[in-house]
Amino acid sequence: MSTAEKKGFCWTKENEALAQHHIAKYPEGRQQSAVMPLLDIAQRQNGGHVTVEIMEYIADYLDMPAIRVQEVATFYTMYNHRPIGKHHVQVCGTTPCWLRGSDKILAAIEAHLGIKKGETTADGLFTLGEVECAGACVNAPVVSIGDDYFEDLSPERVTEILDMIKDGKDVVAGPQNGRQTSAPLGELTSLTEFVEKA
Amino acid sequence: MPTLTIDGKEIEVENGITVLQACEEAGVEVPRFCYHERLSIAGNCRMCLVDMEKAPKPIASCAMPVGEGMVIHTNTERVKKAREGVMEFLLINHPLDCPICDQGGECDLQDQAVAFGRSGNRYEESKRAVEDKNMGPLISTTMTRCIHCMRCVRFSTEVAGVTDMGSLWRGEHTEVTTYLGKILDSEMSGNVIDLCPVGALTNKPYAFTARSWELKGTESIDVMDAVGSNIRVDARGAAVMRVLPRLHEDVNEEWISDKTRFACDGLKKRRLDRPYVRRRGKLEEASWSDAFAAIKKKLKGMKGAEIAGVVGDLADMESMLAFKDLLGKLGSKRIEGRQDGAAIDNAVRAGYLLNAGISGIEDADYLLLVGTNPRVEAPIINTRIRKAVLSGLKVGNVGNAEDLTYAVEEFGDDKAILNAIISGKHAAADALKKAERPMIIVGQGALTGEDGAAVLKAVRDIADTYCVKDGWNGYGMLHTAASRVGAMDLGLVTKGGVDSILDDASADKLKAVFLLGSDEIDTASLKKTFTVYIGTHGDEGVQNADVILPAAAYTEKSGTYINTEGRVQRTEKAVFAPGDAREDWTILRALSDVLGDTLPYDTLAQLRDALAKAVPAAKTLDTVPTEAWGDFGTAGDVASGGIAPTIENFYLTNPIARASETMSQCVDAREDIAGEATGTHG
Repeated sequence: MSTAEKKGFCWTKENEALAQHHIAKYPEGRQQSAVMPLLDIAQRQNGGHVTVEIMEYIADYLDMPAIRVQEVATFYTMYNHRPIGKHHVQVCGTTPCWLRGSDKILAAIEAHLGIKKGETTADGLFTLGEVECAGACVNAPVVSIGDDYFEDLSPERVTEILDMIKDGKDVVAGPQNGRQTSAPLGELTSLTEFVEKA
Repeated sequence: MPTLTIDGKEIEVENGITVLQACEEAGVEVPRFCYHERLSIAGNCRMCLVDMEKAPKPIASCAMPVGEGMVIHTNTERVKKAREGVMEFLLINHPLDCPICDQGGECDLQDQAVAFGRSGNRYEESKRAVEDKNMGPLISTTMTRCIHCMRCVRFSTEVAGVTDMGSLWRGEHTEVTTYLGKILDSEMSGNVIDLCPVGALTNKPYAFTARSWELKGTESIDVMDAVGSNIRVDARGAAVMRVLPRLHEDVNEEWISDKTRFACDGLKKRRLDRPYVRRRGKLEEASWSDAFAAIKKKLKGMKGAEIAGVVGDLADMESMLAFKDLLGKLGSKRIEGRQDGAAIDNAVRAGYLLNAGISGIEDADYLLLVGTNPRVEAPIINTRIRKAVLSGLKVGNVGNAEDLTYAVEEFGDDKAILNAIISGKHAAADALKKAERPMIIVGQGALTGEDGAAVLKAVRDIADTYCVKDGWNGYGMLHTAASRVGAMDLGLVTKGGVDSILDDASADKLKAVFLLGSDEIDTASLKKTFTVYIGTHGDEGVQNADVILPAAAYTEKSGTYINTEGRVQRTEKAVFAPGDAREDWTILRALSDVLGDTLPYDTLAQLRDALAKAVPAAKTLDTVPTEAWGDFGTAGDVASGGIAPTIENFYLTNPIARASETMSQCVDAREDIAGEATGTHG
């Protein structure tokens, strides 16, 4: 019995099926390729972070050395190695978002939740972090909360969102200033005329 | 065979090699840190950048395969700037603590910074610091110095076959570490010290004891096992400070085992540095003449049949010959060279050699191990087997299932399997039959039982049926002792072996027993017998000795050894033996003088001439002989029963290793892991 099993980590039935689904994508004997999705599934099952026991469990599961799993899990920043709150709030601080006021967004969240970067609120609801480019520059500034992106934010709007999440209300993810995805706000500024194909 | 131009010189090279290798062939030096010819290509240090015409930017020559018509420049301004740039980046987070670094003076980073770096540094911010890692009692770590070449990670994964090392985190936060800070659990772990191009991984027992330029290097041979690894003994004054590997492609490549490297502190501990004579039950210090006189007095009137000798595992051939000759003059022919009681038959030389040679393992396509655990008996050979396995060798094992660091088909440890293999009714027989170059390696563990001779015969028959073909002798015996093949060549075998000598001694049939460094026998039965011990350490052999004559260890004499392949090699004298200790053969010759019949050699050269006459094979240095195949072993019933390798603990196989503090630390460190694993610890 592996250490992980002793400590009680084991796939739930659904996650086992999901893990097998990912492993099946790769040729026989290449099951190790599924290490990243499996780590992600395990992290979700474990409530947001991976532990040594989980990494060893996955190493056993994929028949690979535990150090290789640990290398992957520490290389990618989306695997957490410490417990996090129920909602992981990640503020993008890279140049476009920064130019569009990410500092103010971050300050607003810090003030509202009463925590600093890297900390978790006392009620265990929110963990705050700053990340490098979230890849949604056209909708800067951007904050991701859990699996959702909240875009085109203002300091006021982001605190509203946090409150709504706290109260268990539904929040619509995506642009918060009323525009559709990354289309221009208001009227079209280019390609304004529809030209029939000759 | 592509032709390329390197710095204006046209050169034709083998297909499939890299630009860096081609540059080497052309005699052009390319600096590098991560590239190592025995490891996979990583391409992560960027130091080997060179210019290739038609390429938009410099290329990493270690990772670029050669192509027809390539034009390479290594001396352009751009290459110079690229190297300076890489060097400057490498040095950004390097502490530049050379004055307090053990690698100083033999550091790749230091040398290449001087040769290829800028003179100044434009980095003014804080350098990063990295916590040191625990890698056990052998490897000292200063991870702030690490430049992330990953040679150690690749070595442990690829060559040593233990996946204990890796690099965690990323970018500036990258840290090379062992898994959860455990020790690097390999018998080959010390090689990462040589591989580390900086001072991140250094020799822990040697730490801060010497500077490389103070040491006198002596090219020698290792005697910790029967491999005969080529080593360099670094000494300062009278002390051996460290042991390093020397390159020998057919023996140890450029690796040595941890015992070879780290047991050298045992050369300073528990040494016999003066003769002792037992008086009234107590060992007392004595002069050489008193010791010799005591022996003369005791031997007076003793018949040759009442005298016997046992040769230990570390004896060189010169000593063994002088030992044999001395006992011969006393009328005794009863000298045993197989301390462990293995039923080696010395009738046919091919019967006790690894005939294909160590590098021949790479030519084999199937290997059957019988009663051997090469990982602890000869880590260098195990590493060679692993290398062959990675390129297609299949391995089967009759014996204890152990982790040999490669895939092994386990057939169980029942000796009776051998009968089934001979008659062809076993999976191993099919595999041997199918193979073009099948190989069988028998270990000493298979030969030490009651039916050892019959097992040897059975293995011989298997080899005869499957493994010996035209131009290929796949039969091999893996010895555990450096002296063993030489002892067999000198005919040091007796009926009944060492057990019968000990039995006769306790039954009072033997009146005197001479021990030449024999520490692996139970000397309790020699309590009543007059025992003369010639050796280096206060170990098992001196427990019941009546006269102790202090001798020289392998680093203190020039001695001939024949390794398990039959390769003749010589140790060289690096330091003098401590105190009154003398080289074994001079002791034996002086003793013979006192006893009234002087041995006929006054110099080492004369002794070597005598050796060449006694063992013609000892004349040819450093070749693997081709010996005629024959019949050996004794036909008999191979009883059903377990077959187990001989070595209990890799780190404690000989008196030098047992005296070594470092080796004890290795044992303790491993007991700690075992304790944790079973939950009995603390």
